[in-house]
Amino acid sequence: MSAPAAAQIEVAGLVKRFAGVAAVADLEFAVAAGEIFGLVGPDGAGKTTVMRMLAGVMPPESGRIVIDGIDVIADPERAKQHLSYMPQRFGLYEDLTVDENIRFYADLFEIPRRLRDERIGPLLAASNMAPFRRRLAGQLSGGMKQKLGLICALIHTPRILLLDEPTTGVDPVSRRDFWRILYSLRESGVTILISTAYLDEAERCTRLALLHQGRLKYCDTPRRLKQLMPGVLLTIASPDARAVRDTIAGLEGVSGVLLVGDGVRAVVDDEARRLPELRRALASAGVPFGAVARTEPTIEDLFVALLRQDEEAA
Amino acid sequence: MFERIWHMLVKEFIQLKRDRWARFRLIVPPLVQMLVFGYAATFEVYHVPTVVLDRDHSQESRELISRFSFSDRFRVVKIARSDAEVEDAINRSDAALAIVVHAGFAELLLKGQSAPLQVIVDGTNSNTALIALGYLNLIVQQYAADYGADLLRRGVGAPGAGIVQVGIEQRPWYNADLNGRWFFVPGVVGSLTLVLVVSLTASAIVREREIGTLEQIMVTPIRPAEYILGKTVPFFIIGLAEVALVALFGTLWFGVPFVGSPLILLLGTCLFLLSTLGLGLLISTLSKTQQQAFAANFFVLNPMFTLSGFAFPIASMPEPLQWLSYLNPLSYYLVVIRATFLKGVGLDALWPDLIGMTLLGSLLLGISILRFRKSLD
Ligand SMILES: Nc1ncnc2c1ncn2[C@@H]1O[C@H](COP(=O)(O)OP(=O)(O)O)[C@@H](O)[C@H]1O
Ligand SMILES: [Mg+2]
Repeated sequence: MSAPAAAQIEVAGLVKRFAGVAAVADLEFAVAAGEIFGLVGPDGAGKTTVMRMLAGVMPPESGRIVIDGIDVIADPERAKQHLSYMPQRFGLYEDLTVDENIRFYADLFEIPRRLRDERIGPLLAASNMAPFRRRLAGQLSGGMKQKLGLICALIHTPRILLLDEPTTGVDPVSRRDFWRILYSLRESGVTILISTAYLDEAERCTRLALLHQGRLKYCDTPRRLKQLMPGVLLTIASPDARAVRDTIAGLEGVSGVLLVGDGVRAVVDDEARRLPELRRALASAGVPFGAVARTEPTIEDLFVALLRQDEEAA
Repeated sequence: MFERIWHMLVKEFIQLKRDRWARFRLIVPPLVQMLVFGYAATFEVYHVPTVVLDRDHSQESRELISRFSFSDRFRVVKIARSDAEVEDAINRSDAALAIVVHAGFAELLLKGQSAPLQVIVDGTNSNTALIALGYLNLIVQQYAADYGADLLRRGVGAPGAGIVQVGIEQRPWYNADLNGRWFFVPGVVGSLTLVLVVSLTASAIVREREIGTLEQIMVTPIRPAEYILGKTVPFFIIGLAEVALVALFGTLWFGVPFVGSPLILLLGTCLFLLSTLGLGLLISTLSKTQQQAFAANFFVLNPMFTLSGFAFPIASMPEPLQWLSYLNPLSYYLVVIRATFLKGVGLDALWPDLIGMTLLGSLLLGISILRFRKSLD
């Protein structure tokens, strides 16, 4: 875990308990300026709780949070001038129009009218929201709502952007718009912390932190994380994928057996030894199968394998 | 500071403008309730607060007065020494009934003549007044009968003094024809405003908490006091409009007179709204969901309404409940609103109630502003 030199976000010893149960336990990580740092983990892992504490809207039990050089716990109001937070749940007013929402948030940040209007245009254009300015927020699609949330979050030009599952339930086109905006923000020097349950999105981050049951399990670049993949991922093509799955599921050294489009994927601990065993087992069971190929693991494969490995170790 | 509050206000009113259901709720149910209560029923009374002025200072006058003291229908709250004190007690609503025994009462009785007794009722609460007068008549007749029997037995007094009469000279000061609606209509204005403003205020902030907009607001530089003012000032304005609407409707429909000063009513209403906003805010800081807020409203507003003197005279309640009325802004406001509608009395009589509401309002508002946090737990 390399702690970047110029950390924009620094978290250490962060703990939050609800009714005695730890939702976040002893969390430590740092995010450098200009990163798109991904926080990934299953539901209930503690992503939202971390985001809220970083945004200064939920006091932690103990620990340290420094954002842009400001101690968030000691002075959340000053930190809020530099950061922006988009909650997981849509937090804008559904009975106000797109324009009214944007103006309201601009006004709360006391942005002069001229400056505000200068900023709104490009933001609306970049998110393809310009035609919907007069539409009530409640009548927008899920993707448009999130883009509106992002516009409101950007209206005071924050240096740090905290996004809690911004693309969950968002259509692919809006998702692409969304990520295009994130990349251009990054280029202009904004540091982004994004949580996501979509692991294909995780690959787009500069670095990833895997959170599980409130603990940080792994934290590194997607490429280096993939090298942690325990064993080798194989794809077995077959017209009867279910039979393949059922046959190999219990074999020694085989794990993470998963149905995919045209076959089965599985992780084997030792390719040279397990591959012949697999073929033999399938042949003797009379299950038809075609090519068996080594496959580049995705982040999803990786995390499933890592978490399983941890569970087995425990 | 003021700019952000202004932006909050603009936002709130845009939202209200789009909320048809809220507008309906602000107008139709209050008018319906006004109609229902306007045609309301009568009530039993006990412990009518009574002020007594004894100018006779005789055995007889004391005996008569003690009969009032011992009756559970009356409670002698004050022995006055002058007409001015009697008037004062009624104006301040310390007493709803005054009994004045004129000098020479015993002498007249002894002669077997009709001895007049002056009774002044505060007709503002005409139900209480009418029923109380009935009981008063009973007691006085019983007294006269006992006195006559006693005279006969002792064989004293003028010959033919068998029938002693105590005449009652009634003089309702306010609401001269003892019209029940006149009593209820101002009361309805107060209670409706209480229920409406408290529940609107309480649910407004809880709603933002529940739907998640508060979480987004929390990351803006808005200050708690700015947010709270932005959320409550609209309800203050709505409350004022509501009082005007319902009061106007009551006066036009039922012909209730308005003899007092509109300015005093305005002052009283503003102070009352302060308390109701404070109460609504307090409920909102204590509730996590709208359902909790709704339940809290129910548990707080119902007793407040019942114990306010809206229908049941506070004086007829057990002592501990009477003490509670000092913590009830509605009790104060009902005094003020009835007094301004029906009596036309001024600040000299109403200042204790105005101060009561000021204290309660500041306390409730203060506590809720201190309790409001820009954070989730
Ligand atoms: N306000 C809260 N009160 C009680 N428990 C909570 C609260 N918020 C989160 N939790 C609990 O903390 C854990 C982490 O939740 P959360 O941070 O929402 O996870 P994620 O966003 O990764 O799904 C969960 O077990 C959740 O039930
Ligand atoms: Mg979450």
